[in-house]
Amino acid sequence: MKPMPAFATDRVRTRRGAFVMSILGILIIAVFIVSMNTGYICLSPFEVVKTLFGMGTDQQSLILFGFRLPRIVISVLIGIGLAVSGCILQGVSRNALADPGILGINAGSGLMVMIFIGFYKDVAGAPVYILPVLAFIGAGATATLIYVLAYKRHEGISPNRLLFNGIAIAAGISALMIVLTLMIDPTKYQFVATWMAGSIWGSTWKHVLALLPWIVILIPFVIYKARVMNILNLGDQLATGLGTPVEKERMKLIGASVGLAGACVAVSGGIGFVGLIAPHLANRLVGPKHQLLVPTAALTGGLLVIVADTIGRSVFQPTEVPTGVVVAVIGAPYFLYLLAKSRN
Amino acid sequence: MLVVSNKQNDQTDLAMSQLRSRPVAASMIIIGGLIALVFAMALSITFGAADISFEMVWKAVFAFNPDITQHQIIQELRLPRVIGGAMVGASFAVAGALMQGMTRNPMADSGLLGLNAGAGLVITLCFAFMPGLSFNQLILFAFIGAGLGAGLVFGVGSLSRGGLTPVRLVLAGAAVSALFGALSEGIALHYHIGQNLAFWYAGGLAGTKWFQLKVMLPWIVGALIVSMMLSRSITLLSLGDEIAAGLGQRTRTIKIVGTLMVLILAGSAVAVVGAVGFVGLIIPHLTRFLVGVNYRWIIPCSAVLGSLLVVLADLSARLIRPPYETPIGALIALIGVPFFLYLARKERRAL
Repeated sequence: MKPMPAFATDRVRTRRGAFVMSILGILIIAVFIVSMNTGYICLSPFEVVKTLFGMGTDQQSLILFGFRLPRIVISVLIGIGLAVSGCILQGVSRNALADPGILGINAGSGLMVMIFIGFYKDVAGAPVYILPVLAFIGAGATATLIYVLAYKRHEGISPNRLLFNGIAIAAGISALMIVLTLMIDPTKYQFVATWMAGSIWGSTWKHVLALLPWIVILIPFVIYKARVMNILNLGDQLATGLGTPVEKERMKLIGASVGLAGACVAVSGGIGFVGLIAPHLANRLVGPKHQLLVPTAALTGGLLVIVADTIGRSVFQPTEVPTGVVVAVIGAPYFLYLLAKSRN
Repeated sequence: MLVVSNKQNDQTDLAMSQLRSRPVAASMIIIGGLIALVFAMALSITFGAADISFEMVWKAVFAFNPDITQHQIIQELRLPRVIGGAMVGASFAVAGALMQGMTRNPMADSGLLGLNAGAGLVITLCFAFMPGLSFNQLILFAFIGAGLGAGLVFGVGSLSRGGLTPVRLVLAGAAVSALFGALSEGIALHYHIGQNLAFWYAGGLAGTKWFQLKVMLPWIVGALIVSMMLSRSITLLSLGDEIAAGLGQRTRTIKIVGTLMVLILAGSAVAVVGAVGFVGLIIPHLTRFLVGVNYRWIIPCSAVLGSLLVVLADLSARLIRPPYETPIGALIALIGVPFFLYLARKERRAL
């Protein structure tokens, strides 16, 4: 699809946005169905539909409702959450390369997840609902740390320094996680290693329920704030001139972004690059207006992760490649492309 | 060899003499560092699952008796391990020093700029598709991989309109490392070689064998000697390309040879120890702080201090929670990251 022409009017944009979003929605549903068919045991589309309406065998419904469906739902939700999180970060930092994974926010929540798992011997029986809260605390602490480190008196925040510090912090936290796991319980090293590779580990309905409230509350909030984000995009001075309390709004938005990223990472693994790619693609599709950009980015992100998860589960049978690995293989070259294109 | 007229030589000497340099401190670091290194290595050998005294270590090295189990342990397991650590440390540190000097980029490190990840990917490919390769061939492939990583990072960095800035190189390095890491991971999972590679990702010296060291030694020693020969030119390059060219240096030739040395050093080190980053970042900065900006001193001092760092890191990796080993890559990153943050905050361009 061609990029949006700069002179397009609002009505054209809205119509185009609606069109793009419905296409994305249809694609997600299509991949959803394909994803339900694929796996170690193949189910035909007809069988899937039959089972969905409660007419399949016990085995089929166990596979579908017990294992595949929650995982697929989770992968879509994670994609949505991470994409919106990245969209906010790119908007408020006015840095095209911002992403919760690159900035180390994912790593921060991962550290909390690891500590949580370290305390509960039995991962399956642990209270899952606290997990996103803990991850939020970890992600928030990391974000604050990066912000403080990137802040210089008289200069404020430099977007580049933000990224720079984020990369370093992410590396440091990953190293800390490895050292800590080996100190707490070496048998869990394998778990942390696969976690960091970004395999969607929490794939029960409990995890879906733990994640859902964060998505349902925060995404409408972000869409509601879309107008503010448009204004922030104009630059701090202009936004202040237009009567926006810049710092306050920015804090709120970053908070929402951190909450989304934290909750997603808590149930998935360290999946990076979704928050980077999805907003960029959305920007090409519907333009920079956040009213359209945020929902489009969310759908793009959902599509991306569900596709990556399906590829990871099916293409390399019988191996299951972690979703994060598939996303990184798609995302890293795109990041390099953006970097090569960028001006400063 | 370079034919330089007398006048140019005088100018070069003048430029050199204006540089801040402390030969006395440097000599002390080299001598003291070597003594400390020998002690650290001896300490590292005595420590392990079986307790072995210093005396025994001495005897095992200088009066080896194959009938004594402890002598066997020392000779076959612990000695190659510490020697490997020392060699790897020197390689990473000197590779970092060369890169920082040639590119005038304070953030240059083989781990940060994608060389380690490139070597890692190619080694993973070798394990998956050509399992019968000898270690010598593996090292050659690792060189190619390191070159691939570096080429990609510098290529992307220089494509963009703003040119090669430290920030852009580090960003490109992170993305390339993420890409290569993900690819290695996928391949390792699919071909069930994760077991062989798991520890290798995080970095570890546990499985070092004598034959690996024998293969590696000529490469590393050769590359270190060539680096020393280049050191004078690297010092001039670190003043800027124009100045170096003005003083009669063939900048292009020096850069090509220097890059080859970096690839050899980083590639062979990665083949032995795995993806260990930050050694090449920390050590040259520390050395520069201690001995000044003359690379004739920076390179040997970096080699000594790098060896010391890796040997000590390996020792503490085994001390933290025996009998488990903590990957040394993670340990060094814990020191390296705060250092990186400090450098990023300073962003001073004095190399």
